[in-house]
Amino acid sequence: MALIKDGKQVSDQWLTADADTPVQPDIPTIVPFARFIAERDSLLRSQAEIGVKLSPGDDVAALAGDLDRLKVIAVDFPAFTDGRAYSYARLLRQRYGYRGEIRATGNVLRDQYLFMLRAGIDAFEVTDKTQISSWIDALEEFSHYYQKASDAAQPVWAKRHTTVAAAE
Amino acid sequence: MYRYDEFDATLVRERVSQFRGQVARRVAGELTEDEFKPLRLMNGLYLQIHAYMLRVAIPYGTFDARQMRKLAHIARVYDKGYGHFTTRQNIQFNWIKLDETPDILDELADVEMHAIQTSGNCIRNTTADPYAGAAVDEVEDPRAWAEIIRQWSSFHPEFSFLPRKFKIAVTGATHDRAAVRVHDIGLIAKKNEAGEIGFEVMVGGGQGRTPMIAKTIRDFVPRDHLLSYLEAVLRVYNMLGRRDNKYKARIKILVHEVGVEEIRSLVEAEWEAMQKETSVDLPTAERDRIASYFSAPAFEVLADTDRGFEARRFEDRDFAAWVRSNVKPHRQTGYAIVDISLKPTGGIPGDITADQMDTVADIADAFAVGSEIRATYQQNLVLPHVKLSDLPAVYDRLKAAELATGNIGLAGDIIACPGLDYCNLANARSIPIAQRISERFADLNRQFDIGPLEIKISGCINACGHHHVGHIGILGVDRKGEEHYQLTLGGRADEAAAIGRITGPGFSYDGIIDAVETVVETYLAIRANPEERFIDTLDRVGQDPFKERLYGAKAA
Amino acid sequence: MAAKALKANRLSDGEAVWLSRTGIWETRVTLARVEEDADGIAALEDAARTATADCIVVDAELIDMEIRDGAPVPSKLKERIRALGPTVRLDLGKQAEPESRLGKVA
Ligand code: SF4
Repeated sequence: MALIKDGKQVSDQWLTADADTPVQPDIPTIVPFARFIAERDSLLRSQAEIGVKLSPGDDVAALAGDLDRLKVIAVDFPAFTDGRAYSYARLLRQRYGYRGEIRATGNVLRDQYLFMLRAGIDAFEVTDKTQISSWIDALEEFSHYYQKASDAAQPVWAKRHTTVAAAE
Repeated sequence: MYRYDEFDATLVRERVSQFRGQVARRVAGELTEDEFKPLRLMNGLYLQIHAYMLRVAIPYGTFDARQMRKLAHIARVYDKGYGHFTTRQNIQFNWIKLDETPDILDELADVEMHAIQTSGNCIRNTTADPYAGAAVDEVEDPRAWAEIIRQWSSFHPEFSFLPRKFKIAVTGATHDRAAVRVHDIGLIAKKNEAGEIGFEVMVGGGQGRTPMIAKTIRDFVPRDHLLSYLEAVLRVYNMLGRRDNKYKARIKILVHEVGVEEIRSLVEAEWEAMQKETSVDLPTAERDRIASYFSAPAFEVLADTDRGFEARRFEDRDFAAWVRSNVKPHRQTGYAIVDISLKPTGGIPGDITADQMDTVADIADAFAVGSEIRATYQQNLVLPHVKLSDLPAVYDRLKAAELATGNIGLAGDIIACPGLDYCNLANARSIPIAQRISERFADLNRQFDIGPLEIKISGCINACGHHHVGHIGILGVDRKGEEHYQLTLGGRADEAAAIGRITGPGFSYDGIIDAVETVVETYLAIRANPEERFIDTLDRVGQDPFKERLYGAKAA
Repeated sequence: MAAKALKANRLSDGEAVWLSRTGIWETRVTLARVEEDADGIAALEDAARTATADCIVVDAELIDMEIRDGAPVPSKLKERIRALGPTVRLDLGKQAEPESRLGKVA
């Protein structure tokens, strides 16, 4: 697995734990949502940095109170056609004000890269054979967006009227 | 009608380039078919029985002569000289090559057209009243809102991988010509007591395996909050819609399983929260900019009748009959709405040759205000604004192109999906059934005597041929390798929308034609008077008299 | 065991094709390689996997075949329509090509 962030491949400091992998004090660890809910107090008390992995169907709202303690939230795409994580990412960014890393895991492909970025996902766990250059190309594919999302891009409807105003 | 500005034009062009790249990566083996298929579907490209099929959007059914000529050109150069208008106000080309598709899309972009989101599990082309801007009973022109929805839903970053496809329909008239109650979301524009415009929002209608009529979740959403309300519905659906079973993934199943009250409160809560956090709704300036494209054209001030038109109607029975069925009153004095039937007797419903497309374009240029053309979900075309004085000339030209069949709304105006002749999912053929019924009722006098009658045929349970909402519905099934047809009665897609009920055991490929005729003959024998429509007789007497005639006394 | 052939659509243009005895994807069903025993059918399945992986064809599938008047014919109506063309447009599809050797559908 490789991790892409800010258009570059970066090294991944995080360990992804399953339901019963022991959490070590000095290893930043991403735990599944259900485990986080069950062991919340002890996990947050531990010395380790904690992240949570959301799978489709998990209740993103249940994390709302703990977001300032979570450095990473992984949103999983078991298949790229399961689009629930787009809503989770938008809720995390726009409703709950989450500022940490939102990381796409699972079936993460370049053809959905722009959608993910716009939804508020900023890190991408991809297979090693992925060509990072082709991901960068994907960013160039569109120069405008019709709607406001979680990113900073100005939607077309705003650009239209600033253009007109500037021209006048 | 709407015209692209630099932003729209750039986006459509960029989508073509993106797709060109995706096709190249597919052909080079960098994408598997599993990865590529959702991408090509999101651009309207299917693989059917004989070849690829490209579904081109006619956004909310509105286009013009220039665009029609481009469709004719595509039919000639890239296909086999014809196209097929569908029940979703789109056009399909049946013999498309994958490696030529990017070039076709570039040609479409030249005339502000595209195939974006005409398939896939995303928000599809919005259906709208084909008489918009012309109908007498219109409260608000739905086209501006359909265009606003088109822009909002195009390449939506959150809603491009929904549990299943999502279809929105909008009407602004009292008579529903957009079948809004059988869409995932149906919108009806209306005025509140303060005279403000807003929308009644209906959710969870649909056809397919589990047909349902949409239910109202809000009586009035102020128009300037329509997009945020839609975004709230879509988010609830995206998060909660079932993904474990393709046949239970539409929003209608969610509404059914969770209950309309629960959906309403989820949507309302989402809507309320959303309004604080982001700007989904358009600023007034942008709304007005889009609406300005749909303001009424410069109609001439004309008398409410025209001598040449009246004289022709008096002298020419065929013309008079065509006017009676295919010409509708217009809100502007001295103008009319002209329906162009794509249902010649024995023909393929919705099919039109490249030459006929050019003819329609020429007629639109010569006689239709703004060269405007509309596509209807009944697979016909409309010239929305024609002067009464031009009707004889329009008729003559249509007739010369075999486009003047005077059967709109009658027994010959049959909706039929492509069925097993083209479609990979089909169980049985639809088109030849339509052809033979149309031939059986070829006599237009007989059709007039029968009166309004909607016959709708699907080749499988996906119901693209709207059989559930046909007065007479026919569904093709596969029975031990044989084509077999179920008959339903009493469906309707208008403001009194209802799902038809199956009469009983199905019929063979030949038997179904006789069965339809039996139903019609039964109606003629028992109707209270010649003014009582088929659907009203059925409402009054129920299915029993029909079943008795179809299956014998015992079955009823 | 029922006789089987291998149908697919060509990736580049979607044309309906059948695997022939010489291993070429032919555009006429009459040239299809028809197999009746387990080994033969397994060979067809192998060919389907290879041609799919090589991006030559898509939707490769085994279809039931029967022999009519000495020529292999698909058993199912859908596959006969694929082999000929739309029954409502006899001027289109493979049936419109002069060398078509299949009988009328349905
Ligand atoms: S109803 Fe079935 S057969 Fe007809 S077009 Fe739709 S999917 Fe194909």
